[in-house]
Amino acid sequence: MKQQNLVLLIGGLLFGFGLALGGMSKPEIVLSFLQLKDFGLVVLMGFAAGIDLIAINIIPKITPKPLLRGNFKPRQRTLSRKTVIGAIIFGIGWGISGICPGSALSSLGIGNIPILAGIASMFLGAYVTGRWLS
Amino acid sequence: MFPLGLTQYVQGGVIIGLAVAVVYILTGTHATQSSFFTTTLSYFVNRPAFQLQTNLDSRQWRLYFAGGVILGALIYTLTISPEGFWVSSIPVWKFIVGGFLVGLGTRLSSGCTSGHGISGVASLSIASIVAVISFIIMGVITANLLEMLGI
Repeated sequence: MKQQNLVLLIGGLLFGFGLALGGMSKPEIVLSFLQLKDFGLVVLMGFAAGIDLIAINIIPKITPKPLLRGNFKPRQRTLSRKTVIGAIIFGIGWGISGICPGSALSSLGIGNIPILAGIASMFLGAYVTGRWLS
Repeated sequence: MFPLGLTQYVQGGVIIGLAVAVVYILTGTHATQSSFFTTTLSYFVNRPAFQLQTNLDSRQWRLYFAGGVILGALIYTLTISPEGFWVSSIPVWKFIVGGFLVGLGTRLSSGCTSGHGISGVASLSIASIVAVISFIIMGVITANLLEMLGI
C-alpha cells in the first residue's frame, strides 16, 4: 500500500471512531443540535477545529516540511457566490436529514444501513453539480 | 444546553482533531470529506469537472480515507460502544432528499462540515468561515421549520 494511502486510512479510522464516539454518526443527535436542544456538537467542532488550528499554524514553524511527504499549505478557497449558495443548499439538506458527508459514512459503520440511501443520494447530488460545472 | 453531558463531545472532537492533524503533519494533506463523492465519480464520468487533475491526484487516498471512516466507526461499535449496532428512526425519504442537497451543495461550495468547518476554519479561510455560518444558519432554520410543521 502506498504510504499516503496508509496514512489516510489510519487518519480515516481515527476520524470515524471520533465521529461515532462523539455521537455525530447519529443523525438524531445532529438534528437535536440544529433544533437548538443540544449544543454538544459545537463543543465537538470546537475541539476538532482548535486542534487543527494549532497543527496548521504552528507545526510548519517547527518543521518546514511534512514528516513523510508533500508540502504544508493552508486550505484556502476563494469566496464566491458558489461557496455561499452551495453552503445554503447544503444547510437545507443537513437540516432535513441530519447527515453530512463524513457523518453519513461513519453512520454506516455503526450499523445504520438506511443511510446507504443518503450516501447514494450524495453521489447523485455531487454528479449533478459536476455536470453543471462541466 | 447539554442533555447528554459533555464528555462524548469533547472526546470525539479531540480524536477527530488529532486525525486531521496527524495526516497534515505527516503528509501535508487536508483530510476532508465531501470531495470523495466527486473524485470517486471521476472513475466513471468523463466530463471535465470530474476529470480535473486535483480529482485524479486525490481520488485514491480519498477512497482509503472514506473506507477508514466507515471502519473506524465499526471498530467503535464493536469495542467501546455501550449499545452496539444502531439504526436511525428518521424516515428514509429524509436521507434521500437531504443527501441529494448535501451532495449538490457541498460540491458547489467546495467543502462540508469537515472541509470548511474543520480544515477551512483552522486555515483561517474567509470563504470557509462564511460557508460555515451559512450552512449552520440554514440548517437551524430548516430543522426548526420542519419540527414546527411536524414533518
